[in-house]
Amino acid sequence: MTGLALLIPVALGLGLLGLAGFFWSIKSGQFDDADGAALRILIDEEDEL
Amino acid sequence: MTAVTPNRLLIELPVADFAVPGMRCAGCISKLESGLALQPGIVNARVNFTAKRVSVTHLPEMTMPQLLDAISGVGFEAVAISENSGDADNKEAKRLLKAMAVAGFAMMNIMLLSVSVWSGATGVTRDLFHWLSALIALPTIAYSGQPFFRSAWSALRKGRTNMDVPISIGVTITTALSLYETFTHGPHAYFDGVVMLLFFLLTGRWLDAVMRDRARDGVSALLKQTAAGAMVLQPGGKTAWIEAKALEPDMVMLVAAGERLAADGIVTEGISSFDLSLLTGETTAQSVVVGSVVHAGTLNLDAPVHVHVTAAGADTAIADIARLMEQASQGKSLYVRVADRAARLYAPAVHTLAALSFLGWMVAGAGWHESLLVAVAVLIITCPCALGLAVPAAQIVVAGALMRAGILVKDGSALERLAEVDLAMFDKTGTLTMGRPTPTNLVDASSEQKSVLLALARASRHPLSEGIRRALEGEGVAAAKIEQVREVAGAGVYATADGRAVSLGRPDTEISHDGLASELQIEGQPSFAAHFSDQLRPHAAATLAELQALGLTSSIISGDRAESVGPVARALGITAQTSMLPQEKLDAIARQKAAGHKVLMVGDGLNDGPALAAGYASIAPASASDAGQNAADVVFMGDALTPVATAIRAARRTQHIVRQNFILAIGYNVLAVPLAIAGYVTPLIAAAAMSGSSLVVVANALRLKNAAK
Repeated sequence: MTGLALLIPVALGLGLLGLAGFFWSIKSGQFDDADGAALRILIDEEDEL
Repeated sequence: MTAVTPNRLLIELPVADFAVPGMRCAGCISKLESGLALQPGIVNARVNFTAKRVSVTHLPEMTMPQLLDAISGVGFEAVAISENSGDADNKEAKRLLKAMAVAGFAMMNIMLLSVSVWSGATGVTRDLFHWLSALIALPTIAYSGQPFFRSAWSALRKGRTNMDVPISIGVTITTALSLYETFTHGPHAYFDGVVMLLFFLLTGRWLDAVMRDRARDGVSALLKQTAAGAMVLQPGGKTAWIEAKALEPDMVMLVAAGERLAADGIVTEGISSFDLSLLTGETTAQSVVVGSVVHAGTLNLDAPVHVHVTAAGADTAIADIARLMEQASQGKSLYVRVADRAARLYAPAVHTLAALSFLGWMVAGAGWHESLLVAVAVLIITCPCALGLAVPAAQIVVAGALMRAGILVKDGSALERLAEVDLAMFDKTGTLTMGRPTPTNLVDASSEQKSVLLALARASRHPLSEGIRRALEGEGVAAAKIEQVREVAGAGVYATADGRAVSLGRPDTEISHDGLASELQIEGQPSFAAHFSDQLRPHAAATLAELQALGLTSSIISGDRAESVGPVARALGITAQTSMLPQEKLDAIARQKAAGHKVLMVGDGLNDGPALAAGYASIAPASASDAGQNAADVVFMGDALTPVATAIRAARRTQHIVRQNFILAIGYNVLAVPLAIAGYVTPLIAAAAMSGSSLVVVANALRLKNAAK
């Protein structure tokens, strides 16, 4: 039982952390341009300057 | 104009959104963003690749045409997007996604606890786990259940019922009973079932919303914003760009060749010809002189003119058509979606079943508590979990497949209606035909002539030049190098190539027997006259034959004169009605409707707007007027007419799969309900049945992936 008392809050806390992260990523617009994000990695910034 | 360094900015700068359909790769993103930032007057540009848009932060003194020039200076064609009302819908998808995420999180954690209960936890452990489950489930239901509770409440208040009513009742009763069980140390709590139900249903809702958003973004990227404004002559001889909605009577607009009018008015200076096809469907250009009345939405073809505004905004001829459209579209809103029709039958059956099992067990002598447990088990088992996924899962898969094929479906109800049409009515100009002049005799030109032709055509925005440019670029012709380019309005483009004078413009002699022509002159060579005509879309005949095979009879309803409709109707072998006003098109559809037909309207012009809104389902090409695209259920890209048949075939396959999904979902219930009524259903069985049937339904929907082929 002592193990449970520790493990259950840990499991819930980690899950909540993930949920909070997901909410934050929606709010900061990270899902607004999924295709663009995949392409931006290919842009060579050095050449533009 | 001075360039301002971004870090010195203190005030909020205006942001303008543009659709840039031409962006295709990572290079385009960096070209737009870094290229635009270097232009004077532009502070910053941010690309949204998914929506094919760019947001430009600019200095307040930059006007729309200047911004568009800046974008074309970087090498992209752009169209301005007015602040659209779509944001509200986008938020709906986001809210559903959040609710779904919360339900998903809760479902996984409760399931974790439930597994231990199912595997034999008893006594204090079970109670603790039930309490924990309740602790997670109650806030989740309060948050994620809102979309259903709200929709159910608004339906009940109007004395109607929809899918959300049984869901809300089921969720509420089950939660209440599970809470009671938890208090009284009972063995069964259904928190996992309730939350799982919400999760699956929200997934369905979210898919539905995503589908609508994607199509709307696609369509708004196409909208050309017919004359978003006009250059207006100011007192003192200056000119300023004024947006369409700010135009007022008695202003004087300067309308360049190739521009669309933003308001109704009278020509006060200049001679030109106007293309009215968007408004009336007529293809022959109308010549205008000082004193002619011209309407908003028409295109100035030849020379710049001054137009004295007589009516703007809601008073224009276009606005009349918009009012007709609004009236016509009321019929469409009466359509009841398949899922809601199913719910109308399903909901009473489920509730009766649950009530009967409760009564039955009471009569059989069980206590009210035990009877209620059985009734709740019946509710949970029959809850339309897979039913909620059955329709949206199939529709989003097919909408994705169609989108890849260049067909945008506005929403799920459009697919449902499209599957039922049995009669097709086509507009002519711009729908069966390309709606733009296409050169017919370019094969006769030498390769040198072609390359000079392309170079000159690129220098002008005249519709005939655009036709030449499109045709030659499609052939892969390389443009010649030309210098000293100048365009003389109403006459043509003049330049020099390799030291020889070249020109493209109005033919000197009246060589044009019927319709339009344009003449290329190269110094020291005989001239070449390009002839133009409005050609049928590719595969038009094949598409009509396919529609016939699908059981749809086709006919033409056109605003154009009989002489121009005749050849098209004969070439396609279908009947035609000509010279129809927008109201008459509406009447024609109403007559077929009265005769029991479900009419598919395919059209593009403003004059088709009301008919598109009135049709049982409607399709417009991407080249259509904004009004046409807004009114249509489906918009297709490209020149070929084939997508019309493809869309109908895909819609019918979707309906087929949806029906299968219903049968699968209900089949599960038929198997599980006797168990539930007999009182053998535990939360474990309920959870297994629910997720099992949902997975089967989704897997079945995935078979539609290739429906657009």
